Amino acid sequence: MKPARSYLLPSILVTLLCCWPAGIVAIVYATRARKRWQAGEYGRAAEAAERARIWCWVSVGLGLPVALLGLAAVMSGDPAGQVAGVVRDVIRFGSFFVANRREVTSLALQHLLLVAVATGAAAIVGVPVGVLLTRQRWLSKPVLAVANIFQTVPSLALFGFLIPLLGSHGIGRVPAIIALFLYSLLPIIRNTFTGILGVDPAVREAARGMGMTDWQLLIQVELPLAMSVIIAGLRVATVISVGTATIAAAIGAGGLGMYIFRGLRMYDNILILAGAVPAALMALAADFTLGLIEKVIAPETSRRKRLWVLVLMAAGVLILGAALFVISLGRPDDQRPSQDVAGSEVSPGARVVVGSKDFTEQFILGEIVAQTIETKTGISVERQFNLGGDLCHRAMLAGNVDAYVEYSGTAFTAILKHQPLSDARAVFDQVRSDYGERFNLEVLEPLGFSSTFAILIRGDVARRLNLKTISDAARYAPEWHAAFGQDFMSRQDGYPGLAKAYDLSFADVPREMDLALTYRALADGQVDFIAGNSTDGLIEKLDLYQLEDDRHYFPPYEAAIVMRKDTLARFPQIAEALKALAGKITDSDMRRMNYAVDAEHRDVKQVAREFLSAIKH
Amino acid sequence: MVQTPQDGESEAVVEFRDVSLLASRGRPIVSQLSFTVTRGETLVLLGRSGSGKTTTLKLVNRLLEPTSGEVIVEGRPTSEWDAIRLRRRIGYVIQETGLFPHFTVARNIALVPKLERWPEEQIRERIRGLLALVGLDPGVFASRYPRELSGGQRQRVGVARALAADPPIILMDEPFGALDPLTRAELQREFAELTARLNKTIVFVTHDVREALKLASRIGLFRDGRLAVLDTPAKFARSGDEEAVAFLDSLGGATE
Repeated sequence: MKPARSYLLPSILVTLLCCWPAGIVAIVYATRARKRWQAGEYGRAAEAAERARIWCWVSVGLGLPVALLGLAAVMSGDPAGQVAGVVRDVIRFGSFFVANRREVTSLALQHLLLVAVATGAAAIVGVPVGVLLTRQRWLSKPVLAVANIFQTVPSLALFGFLIPLLGSHGIGRVPAIIALFLYSLLPIIRNTFTGILGVDPAVREAARGMGMTDWQLLIQVELPLAMSVIIAGLRVATVISVGTATIAAAIGAGGLGMYIFRGLRMYDNILILAGAVPAALMALAADFTLGLIEKVIAPETSRRKRLWVLVLMAAGVLILGAALFVISLGRPDDQRPSQDVAGSEVSPGARVVVGSKDFTEQFILGEIVAQTIETKTGISVERQFNLGGDLCHRAMLAGNVDAYVEYSGTAFTAILKHQPLSDARAVFDQVRSDYGERFNLEVLEPLGFSSTFAILIRGDVARRLNLKTISDAARYAPEWHAAFGQDFMSRQDGYPGLAKAYDLSFADVPREMDLALTYRALADGQVDFIAGNSTDGLIEKLDLYQLEDDRHYFPPYEAAIVMRKDTLARFPQIAEALKALAGKITDSDMRRMNYAVDAEHRDVKQVAREFLSAIKH
Repeated sequence: MVQTPQDGESEAVVEFRDVSLLASRGRPIVSQLSFTVTRGETLVLLGRSGSGKTTTLKLVNRLLEPTSGEVIVEGRPTSEWDAIRLRRRIGYVIQETGLFPHFTVARNIALVPKLERWPEEQIRERIRGLLALVGLDPGVFASRYPRELSGGQRQRVGVARALAADPPIILMDEPFGALDPLTRAELQREFAELTARLNKTIVFVTHDVREALKLASRIGLFRDGRLAVLDTPAKFARSGDEEAVAFLDSLGGATE
């Protein structure tokens, strides 16, 4: 109690520090608005009032959550303990940034790069298109409709479409930038169009009547007068892009979304926030900066004010640059693996791409494959991890990824669309020959462990009701709620077959949601029955219980590396190197590594490195 | 650069030859207009709203082109003029002034001289001269923005801008329409003095018969897209045309 109580004071201080200044700023603007109103400067008064309103909300927004948290803490009976918990999380959050500052910086820069390139390109294309629409008005309806359609396509779906379209650039930054570009187009085109149309017709008529050419009219009159509307469109586009770019992590484009996805998979709120908070700050900063730029180029800004804003912006850029410089100081040189391997005869440009699906086990396996190739062959490896759904497979076919780890059962039923079989060896052999014939992909020897669907319930429920098998649980199922990943709901060896095999029925239709989130939903008691991965570290961390598949419904799924045959032909030494992994990863190895990453929050690279050095000896 | 009156006092600067303009559905906006405007005169086009006077004005600087007939400016049909060149020889003032809100008064006035690439020094000189001419102190007003001016001041700047490149012809579309009566009267008086001094050919559109009588050397009365009366103010006042009578009646007992 005592040490916890001492957190109370700092937390109150934080509240006061956060919401009072915002409130004061609001009051300052409100007073200014009144003064201007009295002075008859209505436009400026409205501007100040708008700012006062925004800051008012900022103040409420900062104050309200803290007040609610405080209330919840008091009502929980152990206020000090609750507050201490919050403070501890805040400290953990802070120390995460300190410990990972280089990675945070580089992800933030990747994020910024995606957004800057995409919205920059959208501005370069969108503004002229918007201008064109004002000259060819009949085009405006169809063009705006098309831009509108782009914006309504969900981002993940758009990424999915782009993969086969772009061929060898189907994953990574290129499709992410293209998608963000398409999303940014609409607000920019629309605002350019309406901004120019909004120019006072008398001004336009005067300009033409005095003998301005169309070009002079556009450059000297229409664009300057429409500028604030155009920049407003740019601001909207940028803020949307910063948000959407987080989803781009799903196709290997990097950026702050990596933390969000990783946090979702690992049941780690701090990681989610580590992605979300900088992204939100970036959106705010971008919006603010563009607002400043608008001020600088606005014709009514006095020269002195313009100078001030420019100085302010320069100072901001300098501070940011200095901060980045300091953070990057002491960054270890990129270790070129090709130089570590003595006597390897690999051309320096040799490079392969290793992919992974979007969950922890796959990150670890991808890392193990990548490090094995790097250390044994000296070929440099690009990592394209965190590819959701069947993106890995599609990326392999498109030639974007050279190798990843697949599970025989998934390949057999989900990709090859065969009826499920329970004979593991038969499944594997069939997959191997089909992959070779149909996809020109080589399936290497199994890695050793098999991963299958694990039917999970909460540990305390299992103990209380003494449940051991799925058959045991089937009796209680009619009172339970279930949730499954999209994959499990739709595939042939998933829920439909399971329900038939065990005569399962639930209180309502099982909810279909993100796999990682089903773990949270189960642990939080929102559902009672999920299907996870048998090797998942979260099972232990969250105190879940894996029910035995007593009717042997799930076939064992063996994990094996899949490679493009042309890559193997180019680099035969890779097959040689990866042979060392065959049969080396046991079920318990895999579970242990998953636990190390998921529960102990250890670095994936480090965990993989330790494993590799252990099997070497 | 004030032009001296030449012997051709009655030389036609603008001439309409049987000009008609049809709207997209074939309804005539103006039909069969034939008249001339001679050098140095102020022709006032008078009429109700929608009677075709503004359209006629825009036919002169080719903001509109006739469906049939010819508009001849300085001896050449407008269709043969380069539209940009033509417009830069014609000053243009409209009711809402059309001042560029993002330009200072000085830049607004300098617009056409800048487009014509006059030397900087000459432009500055011209701005000072014109502001003084329209009764605004250059030291006070040159660096202001239009929104910092009163309606009357804005119209003065509008006139100065139209005069900037010293065009021989000036078109004015209800330039004083939006002003309060006192300011309007003041500007009308100054404008009359100004035109007397500058010897410009002016086509002036208004629906205010009092303004027409005050400023015009001739009045052209429009009705339904046609020119009903074209005569000097004195003869206009005596004309039996019913539209002219209606306009004069609207003055009440205020005139003559």
